[in-house]
Amino acid sequence: MSGILMRASNVTAVYAADTGQDVPAVDNVTLEVPEGQILGLAGESGCGKTTLGNALAMIANPPLYVIAGKMAIDDHEIDLSTLAAGADQAHRPYRGATVSLLPQGAMNAISPTLRIRDLVVDVMRAHDKQTTKEDALDRASDRLKMLEMPTRVLDQYAHQLSGGMKQRMVTVVSTLLNPALLIADEPTSALDVSSQKALIEMLLAMVERKIMRGVIFITHDLPVLSMVTDRLAIMYAGKIVEAGPTEELVNHARHPYTSALLSSVLDPTEETRTKHVLGIPGSPPNLGNPPTGCRFHPRCSFAMPECSLKEPQFLHERDHSVACWWANDHAFETVPTEVNQA
Amino acid sequence: MSEPMDSGTPVLAASHVTKQFRVAGGHLTAVDDVSVEFHAGKVLAVVGESGSGKSTLARMLLRLMPVTSGTITYQGKDVTHIKGGELRSYWRDVQAVFQDPFASFNQFFTVGHTLRRGMGAEKLSEATLDALIETCLGYVGLKPGDAVHKYPHQLSGGQRQRVMIARALMMNPKVLLADEATSMLDASLRVSALNVLQDLRENLGLTVLFITHDIGQACYLADEVVVMEHGLVVERGVTDEVIFNPKHAYTKRLLSDVPDLKGSLKVRED
Repeated sequence: MSGILMRASNVTAVYAADTGQDVPAVDNVTLEVPEGQILGLAGESGCGKTTLGNALAMIANPPLYVIAGKMAIDDHEIDLSTLAAGADQAHRPYRGATVSLLPQGAMNAISPTLRIRDLVVDVMRAHDKQTTKEDALDRASDRLKMLEMPTRVLDQYAHQLSGGMKQRMVTVVSTLLNPALLIADEPTSALDVSSQKALIEMLLAMVERKIMRGVIFITHDLPVLSMVTDRLAIMYAGKIVEAGPTEELVNHARHPYTSALLSSVLDPTEETRTKHVLGIPGSPPNLGNPPTGCRFHPRCSFAMPECSLKEPQFLHERDHSVACWWANDHAFETVPTEVNQA
Repeated sequence: MSEPMDSGTPVLAASHVTKQFRVAGGHLTAVDDVSVEFHAGKVLAVVGESGSGKSTLARMLLRLMPVTSGTITYQGKDVTHIKGGELRSYWRDVQAVFQDPFASFNQFFTVGHTLRRGMGAEKLSEATLDALIETCLGYVGLKPGDAVHKYPHQLSGGQRQRVMIARALMMNPKVLLADEATSMLDASLRVSALNVLQDLRENLGLTVLFITHDIGQACYLADEVVVMEHGLVVERGVTDEVIFNPKHAYTKRLLSDVPDLKGSLKVRED
């Protein structure tokens, strides 16, 4: 396997609540993106996926504060903490150029009064004031040709483009500076299946052509992730609970939460016609006051007495890691899926 | 599960319904000569991509938008142009749940207030209303004592959508129209919302029109499926037939574009 492009360690990010109590939305998370690979970050709403993405892209704004965490990328060692004086200025050169974030709903951020080419020029000039209009547009049209997309889009306004095309355009624009890492937050969620497929194919082509050297793809849509990613990390209540190669994780989930998420996927198959999926009982915990021990234990069908007492540590089996007491007792066993169905 | 689509008198039907919008330089036909029938106690899914006319069809069925031509019949009666009291009574029977539950709530009101307010015109006694709220929240698996005091922002997305379904049920509707009602939810919450609809169909005999772009959800829930493309119905039939033995090229393409969990890894090897 190739080297590691990005390694983020011990990232903790908190929201300062009105009550004066900090709510840790990302709690001591460590993750890696290997060179040339796409890492999928999955989990239910509110598990901290987007917050982690924002922390890594260094765009945390109050009330979100990154209180700890380091990121090693491209020979840079970046302190992600936003508490230190001058952190904002220190992070500025990396934003967009080293780590680019494609936020949720980015396609709706295209100004309705400007053509796409104006957006291109704005983005390029924000990083280098010397960039001429011609240079910026040449670069954009070369990029579009490379990805086999029509260059006439540059002369169009947002309302003239379909949702799928808008999303592909913002993806292209956000990677014009060839960032080492692209963090794409729910890029496919608002699209229908055909546009989803087109965007995924474009992302794969971009990685293949080394426009960026790694991607973190955030979504709760597991089928999309299994289509596009090399590795998956599953988050629950601010922590990563399982990580491993996509195919391995999809077929041999070791954490009951991963298994329950996978069982909730409704493929158009004969199995879906006949099964009755139960979903995951209960709802995600309040992060201001998370459950003791394993945070998933109140909703887990495999919970044992020790689950509520002690927090499970990561168990590493080859390149698959899992933090679960059940997995600790059942080495290399896949979580039985029967409990998720009736 | 596999009776033919035309069995019995439909509860609600659209026949040869067309909707045209005026656009610069002509007309855009959003729904083109579409006929669909909803049979009591069945779930009919309308599947198609963005812009296929699914929601326009739903709005016409709900009488929120006039038809350009065609007729809508409810329990054998033409309701295409009814007005006033008749229309209000139609709206009691045919309820809808939309995609974004947040947009349907007033954030300053509690769930209890929202549910009561919808029933204002019915002039029910406090005790009857309380009992009704309790029953309807029970149908969707929420604890009434707990839920009525909550504000929308204190609920999860799945809970909010369930409150919207409960609100629709307060009117004791015959037909429930769910327009992408589960699209914004996570897979796990989505399953529980779909289970709620399934239970309502089984326990209350509710007729459900389920509009979605996700063919997997249609596969889980629907008895019959209608596939729409560019305002036209391109394929229809019982779910097993349409999904496992599609005839139309568009249906086949929709199915082949669905990313599936286990088999999709092949895409990376292409």
